[in-house]
Amino acid sequence: MVNENPIHLDVKDLTITYDGVPALSNVTLDIRKNEIFGIIGPAGSGKTSFLRVLNRMDDQVSGMDFSGTVSYNGTDLKTWRNLYSLRRQVGVVFPLPVGLPMSIYDNVAFSPRIRGIKNKADLDVIVERCLRRAALWDEVKDRLDALGSLLSGGQQQRLTIARALSQEPQLLLLDEFSIAVDPVTTMRIEDVLKDLKEELTIVLVTNLVQQCRRLATRTAFFLQGECVEVGNTEDFFTGTVSDQRTRDYVEGRFG
Amino acid sequence: MSLFTATELNEKNARTQRWVGRLFGAMTVTLITPVIIVLAMLVVRGSPSISWAFLTEDPINGMTAGGIFPALFGTVCIVIGALIASVPAGVAAAVYLSEYAPDNWFTRVINLAIINLAGVPSIVHALFGVGAFVLFFDFGTSILAASLTLAVMTLPVVIVSTRESLQAVPQSYRDACMSMGATKWQTIWGVVLPNAISGILTGVILEVSRTAGETAPIMFTGAAFFLPFLPQSVYDQTMAMSLHLFVVATQVPNVPHDLPYGVALVLIGMVLVMNSVSIAFRMYLRGRRKW
Repeated sequence: MVNENPIHLDVKDLTITYDGVPALSNVTLDIRKNEIFGIIGPAGSGKTSFLRVLNRMDDQVSGMDFSGTVSYNGTDLKTWRNLYSLRRQVGVVFPLPVGLPMSIYDNVAFSPRIRGIKNKADLDVIVERCLRRAALWDEVKDRLDALGSLLSGGQQQRLTIARALSQEPQLLLLDEFSIAVDPVTTMRIEDVLKDLKEELTIVLVTNLVQQCRRLATRTAFFLQGECVEVGNTEDFFTGTVSDQRTRDYVEGRFG
Repeated sequence: MSLFTATELNEKNARTQRWVGRLFGAMTVTLITPVIIVLAMLVVRGSPSISWAFLTEDPINGMTAGGIFPALFGTVCIVIGALIASVPAGVAAAVYLSEYAPDNWFTRVINLAIINLAGVPSIVHALFGVGAFVLFFDFGTSILAASLTLAVMTLPVVIVSTRESLQAVPQSYRDACMSMGATKWQTIWGVVLPNAISGILTGVILEVSRTAGETAPIMFTGAAFFLPFLPQSVYDQTMAMSLHLFVVATQVPNVPHDLPYGVALVLIGMVLVMNSVSIAFRMYLRGRRKW
């Protein structure tokens, strides 16, 4: 299964440091349009730092720096002048649902509003579409003015996905999104992601090896700040990967 | 010995915890007793002199009789003026220090200076007010000069409490907001400030209480000894409750004994009313904003 889509993100020799101490070294990989790219690896292997570079949030973390090149649709991220426009194209879902302290409606309308959409009718359309795509609309359509905090954990996480979608992103970064979500909801979100793949590129960081297998077409394995292996996901599970450490991790012998 | 029998250690811990409870409870009572006594004396001795006429009429007979309306009105003017001057400036400074300023030695020196400013005696602020507002800016002794002096004096309170409540807003809110492509200001205005508002209002409440009661800073900058008519503009002098209390308690002969108690009771009641408004507002916002 070879993905021949054009390259969306081209990462070459990426090294990420915090106050000079490397957290991730010499990563070279490419992520193609409309694929789900999985990243697996134990805690502290640099997965979240990697995501942070992709939407240039390294800017907001003191001491964080990176070298090497990351090209987004052919443009080097280091030379990207307007980081706000970059971040608007990149949706992020965090491990624990970070609901902004406002109503369900305002959470989803926040991003359109900062893009300058003020018209109530337009906002209504966007809010409904995003909540539907995040499989949350039916549960909340009668209480859009309620606080997001009144939702259950799984619903809050779908709300943050709806909020990410309201940015109309080209790239969606998911950082262990199912950590606080029950298995049934996880499956519903996974179905949503499979549909979303038709419209955008997804980078999925996960601790669940099987989740990666279910969703990702290609996978990278990070271990202790090193990118051990990049390849087609199926190869990881059929034992055709080259590195012994990868086989051990995937089969649950360590990690 | 059964599993559920208390051991020697269990009993010792239980004893310690009972004693700590008693000790701290006793300290609380000790601290609260003077406050209750003061309030009780004010109510008992002050309430007979309070009447509608007392609140709405001018003082007469050399301030030994009549009402306190000019002082009441003057204090309200001075407090409102001080709030208008200090809250926007203080909140803006706190937002800058907490959200924008780089974390370097210069910022830390400024933070330290602000905390020290809160410890400057109010008479020093009074003299500063005379030099800066009354003489240099040539506002004369006026409501404007008094309000600005009090504003300078209470700025540290507003800045520190605002900064504390800004820093209590979880970093994850800022990250989530920024990663949606919001600018720093959109993040602050849309997410950080609404979350910090109840803490900011706490600072404002403290400021109101302090501003209404301060005497020294307004004595030289805008409060008049006796002025039986209302100020016409912010450039006029006015009477004020705190100074009036000082005057009737110590400076004027033959004042009925209960009159100062009445003035003090009204002053405390006024602070209570102003604070109740902000506390009610704060409770309303808390109920609405919590995630």
